[in-house]
Amino acid sequence: MSEVPYKPEELLINTFAGLLDGVGHVAVGALSPIPGCAALLAQELAKQKGRDVQVSIIHGDANNPFTDGGRELFDCAGQGRIGAFFLGGAQIDGEANINLLGVGEYPDLKKRFPGSFGSAYVYFVIPKVILFAPEHSARVLVEKVDFISAPGTSPPNVHRPGGPKALVTGKCCMTFDAAAKRFTLVSVHPGVTVEEVRDNTGFDFDLINDVGTTLEPDGERLALLRGAIGPKIAKTYPDFAARVFGQG
Amino acid sequence: MTTFENLDTLARRIGDGQLLALAPDYSWVPMALVRALIRRKVLGKVKNLHLLTVPIGGLAADMLIGAGAVGTLEAAAVSLGEAGLAPRFTDAVEAGTLHMRDSTCPAIHTALQASEKGVPFMPLSGLIGSDLVKYRDDWKVVDDPLGAGGGPVVLLPAIKPDVALFHSPRADVHGNVWIGRRRELATMAHASASALVTVEAVEDRNFLEDEETAAGTLGAMYVTAIATAEKGAWPQGLTGLYERDTDHIRAYAEQAKTAEGFADYLKAHVLNEPGDEDGA
Repeated sequence: MSEVPYKPEELLINTFAGLLDGVGHVAVGALSPIPGCAALLAQELAKQKGRDVQVSIIHGDANNPFTDGGRELFDCAGQGRIGAFFLGGAQIDGEANINLLGVGEYPDLKKRFPGSFGSAYVYFVIPKVILFAPEHSARVLVEKVDFISAPGTSPPNVHRPGGPKALVTGKCCMTFDAAAKRFTLVSVHPGVTVEEVRDNTGFDFDLINDVGTTLEPDGERLALLRGAIGPKIAKTYPDFAARVFGQG
Repeated sequence: MTTFENLDTLARRIGDGQLLALAPDYSWVPMALVRALIRRKVLGKVKNLHLLTVPIGGLAADMLIGAGAVGTLEAAAVSLGEAGLAPRFTDAVEAGTLHMRDSTCPAIHTALQASEKGVPFMPLSGLIGSDLVKYRDDWKVVDDPLGAGGGPVVLLPAIKPDVALFHSPRADVHGNVWIGRRRELATMAHASASALVTVEAVEDRNFLEDEETAAGTLGAMYVTAIATAEKGAWPQGLTGLYERDTDHIRAYAEQAKTAEGFADYLKAHVLNEPGDEDGA
């Protein structure tokens, strides 16, 4: 156990920030407070090592450097100017196909979700896409998605500099191997077992030899999160900042 | 010439079956005009709209759908954001009463840019292997036609809306409209045959004569008509002037989960405003 109690969100933020190490420009889409905090934390950690990281949060005007309208994020990504991005999915399958659109056979959906947003493009052009599934269940992590908003992999003739590199859920962290089209479990969050992950995952996945426990944020990291990142993210997500960091 | 008129005459310019391009909730959505349009729908004056959200829809799209004004919807997504799923949209799709043309954000931006440039289509990378492409019979996958080894690309036909709709903090008396960094509003207006704009206020000056305002201005040549609507984006926010009314939107998300609740919402917040009873 970490010496300072922390919230589940703080573990996820810390985990994502670790995955962003070395990325020069992190963009974060709408409705993504946890990835937004992770990007700002990664920026802060890089600053301590004397490196600059650009963080672009597409939700409101704070932390948002874009001035050329909704297209600019995508144009910027298409040029290769964005290194990492986060995507969720109402369904994610074992080949990293993601579905943000609905359950059932299109167009006669049993359950409709908002839609594919920009996923059908950014999943191809941003080198490090990190998948996020807060609810780790066989309902979300399915064998085969009902609708492919964006495919996990592409044939070699398709221009695809980007794609999924990792999946972080409420229970574990996995990496994705595009050549093998498979996820590999690398760590389980504190208190979670490998069996529990298997029981709640609808697809088959590999394991690294020694599946460890996801690194917990230490006191220094938590102080940084609550002291420096909280006030910054409060400009974009005041409710989230108040709930998780007690400020806003 | 841009004309200055009122909310009802602005709404009267929108006809049956027209393709409307609508600003998203985060980008100066013209909620007062949407409410005026719903009052016209209730009067039987407008129906079967083809709505294009640029690129995602929210409260405004959900209300127009719930009111039965929309026949076809082209969108990358429709959501109430932090307040959750858009309930009337979700219901309409699940009931099969809304014709969906599902898209993705950059495809909508690109198809509007094609229209801006006056070309019939534009290519976009990505997309291949997405089921969106499978179900869009107007999109076409071709091999890189220049033979430069780029592989397959998707061609998107230009989208040319009949009308672009948005709200802004201010216009000037010459019909120029301030859009600041909300450049998607310029793209929408450039691509559309007409633009109907509501503003908080009209200023007695010329934005184009000052370099600091000129760069953030949509020129009057694209603006068909302007009406003043104070708090015209409410319950959404307007940059620098008022914040989004989060409590109201959360209450809507809850109330509009049923058709009856939505009808009550309309009575309380839309049909209570002065109507357009004898409008053409």
